[in-house]
Amino acid sequence: MKKLFIILILLSTNAIAGGGSGVPLRDVKWPFDGAFGTVDRTAAQRGYQVYKEVCASCHALEYISYRNLKEIGFSEAEVKAIAAEATVIDGPNDDGDMFERPGRLSDRFVSPFANEKAARAVNGGAYPPNLSLIVKSRPNGANYLYSLLTGYQDAPGSMEMNEGMYYNKYFSGNQIAMAPPLMDEIVEYMDGTHPSVDQMARDVTIFLQWAAEPEMEQRKRMGIKVFAYLIIFTILFYLAKKIIWRDIK
Amino acid sequence: MSQTEYTGVKGWIEERLPIFSFLKHSAEYRAPKNLNYAWNLGSILGIALMIQIITGIVLAMHYTPNSELAFSSVENIMRNVNYGWLIRYTHAVGASMFFFAVYLHILRGLYYGSYKAPREILWWFGIIIFILMMATAFMGYVLPWGQMSFWGATVITNLFSAIPVIGESIVQWLWGGFSVDNPTLNRFFALHFLLPFILLGLVVFHVIALHVNGSNNPTGVEPKTEKDTIPFHPYYTVKDFFGFGIFFIIFAFFLFFEPNYLGHADNYIPADPMVTPAHIVPEWYFLPFYAILRAIPDKLGGVVFMFGSLLILFILPWLDTSKVKSGTFRPLFKVFFWLFTFNFVFLGYLGGKPAEGIYVILSRLSTFYYFAYFLLVLPILGKIENTKALPESIDAAYKGNK
Amino acid sequence: MTDNKEKDSQTRRDFIVLTASAMAGVGAVSFAWPLVDSLNPSADVLALASTEVDLSSIKEGQSIRVMWRGKPVFIRRRTADEIKIAQTEEVSELPDPENDKERVKEGKDEWLVVVGVCTHLGCVPLGYAGEYNGWFCPCHGSHYDTSGRIRKGPAPTNMVVPPYEFLNDNLIKIG
Repeated sequence: MKKLFIILILLSTNAIAGGGSGVPLRDVKWPFDGAFGTVDRTAAQRGYQVYKEVCASCHALEYISYRNLKEIGFSEAEVKAIAAEATVIDGPNDDGDMFERPGRLSDRFVSPFANEKAARAVNGGAYPPNLSLIVKSRPNGANYLYSLLTGYQDAPGSMEMNEGMYYNKYFSGNQIAMAPPLMDEIVEYMDGTHPSVDQMARDVTIFLQWAAEPEMEQRKRMGIKVFAYLIIFTILFYLAKKIIWRDIK
Repeated sequence: MSQTEYTGVKGWIEERLPIFSFLKHSAEYRAPKNLNYAWNLGSILGIALMIQIITGIVLAMHYTPNSELAFSSVENIMRNVNYGWLIRYTHAVGASMFFFAVYLHILRGLYYGSYKAPREILWWFGIIIFILMMATAFMGYVLPWGQMSFWGATVITNLFSAIPVIGESIVQWLWGGFSVDNPTLNRFFALHFLLPFILLGLVVFHVIALHVNGSNNPTGVEPKTEKDTIPFHPYYTVKDFFGFGIFFIIFAFFLFFEPNYLGHADNYIPADPMVTPAHIVPEWYFLPFYAILRAIPDKLGGVVFMFGSLLILFILPWLDTSKVKSGTFRPLFKVFFWLFTFNFVFLGYLGGKPAEGIYVILSRLSTFYYFAYFLLVLPILGKIENTKALPESIDAAYKGNK
Repeated sequence: MTDNKEKDSQTRRDFIVLTASAMAGVGAVSFAWPLVDSLNPSADVLALASTEVDLSSIKEGQSIRVMWRGKPVFIRRRTADEIKIAQTEEVSELPDPENDKERVKEGKDEWLVVVGVCTHLGCVPLGYAGEYNGWFCPCHGSHYDTSGRIRKGPAPTNMVVPPYEFLNDNLIKIG
């Protein structure tokens, strides 16, 4: 009873709904939600395409290696090709120089900028965040990301926009330095799915959710098994306790 | 201490290290027969400490305590180390479970008067363990070097600058520099690794102190005859295992299905000394004390009251003047006690809110009640309360309830 | 009558306690396994377990050194002379008898790939040195021939040939 009471209090202290701007986020039913969530691999592959063609020019995907792409259903050959398209800086060679070479499976994704300062310099002082953890680093991250990407609108008449900023309903302060990245048909999907803004936003969110938590499916599967085990364990020990305590008067 | 004579090899060993009389003591140790499930928390805490130590040591094999590498080393654990995500989440969720259990354990002590004579020293060991747990958890949270790690460390270490005259020097000494940076991280790692082993030692003393007089029980009446007690094994061993089951079910829920629920999303952003998060909040288990800290308008005052809220626990055995130990027989006390409990949880809620508007006055009222409970309510209540009649013995109470 | 009932309930009790204890044991072992496995090489280390090497820039009579699994690997393009000497040695008289054919790939005997670690105590031998024109280890004076075999000195066995394969004429994959 006491435990339940305290759990309820704890749960209520967590402000879930609000995006940075306090506006309730769009709530989507994601395939990865819940105890039986999965990574929708076809969607994730499309999402990768969106990342590569739209986002990768400014946003790094720091903690993902090319070999990780096998986990969302690309074949080894496909992933090798993707890696080889990238140019990686390696070295120093025997002359002491850094050199360029095509990417390998073991390489991390190449960043568009050498470091944060370079990124800021090209983007008017704003830093396009690394996307490999974006879904975990915002409360209700998947819904936030989807809302943000679909939340661009014309600024309300009364609002004065700063130079170079765009109005977004969900971004904290409503002014975001990133221009609306998605437009209908900005990407041509290889599987022929119609690339509406909504579709691309969903797909890239699914991809980035995987990128933030590649272990998610394994974790939830293991959780189900552990739960089943623990329930049996607890029932068994409850019965044992009852039987052993029978002789206490 | 041992009445039995051990012969042969056993005798040889016993003469040099009393292992066998220790085993005999453990096998014969008795406890009151009426202990309820609140008494499971001690063994649960023991398991929780072991889990933190074991997962912590394995994590330390993969973690790098350098400000340039710490964040990525944790991501490496999550993504590349076999079962790294499992071990890391166990350690993080485990810390919350540890505090969850410790708060319930302390609440048990407060309700049943377990801090009263002859268990004062047992209680003191408990408070020291609690304080060291908080120090350990505080330093542990800095290690991933996320935004909350960095800024939480900055805010809390800055508190010491409130100390008159030497405050600034103390803070620089703590930091190893002019702000929280690599030297701070490195030393926090060393201390975070060390403290749990000190905790282990304190827990041993805590249990030894317990075994001197044995456990308190829900009636607060000490055992008089053997009819009041039962052997710890198998009765409480089996009950403890059942308790572990319940504990692990709650643990597993968070670990496998909501591992980041009890944490802060901001900590998945690498630490940036240039950017302060909108709301700097400590982990949930610190929130009540954070609320007390912010309730006092003066910086030094806030620090004094925050530490005071912990230190006051040491004199509790003397503040509570009641001759009756257990809340079961103290009807008026019960009301104030549950009010205290709700107030403490409410303080936690307030600690998570911005220090503005109505939250300010509520925090002050809550802080006032926290201290008033110890300094006014308990001393006065003990003198004026009409307690219910105590049972003759534990056995009588047990039979009465059956 | 009561005796049987008591025996029954005792058996039931024993069964439940035994099953519960077995469950606890299974749980403890399942908890231990991930901890033990986490010490095994992690995914990023395993990703570097193979290395591909481009041979096209290595001239005859030249040797390069690459890193593989944290150790140096010598890739030597042997001259005709070096190959002949290696193949015509009397194998039975070698300290560690091994035929040169067993140490190279069929049809590719101009290429010798060996782990550049002396089998004595782990130093890195120097190439094109020593009495057999193979390698010479300066630490304790072991001499290796043009097949990387130990000929003289304290090293007990020939230099290790790592697992490798030719992906094409100019590319090998080690590991």
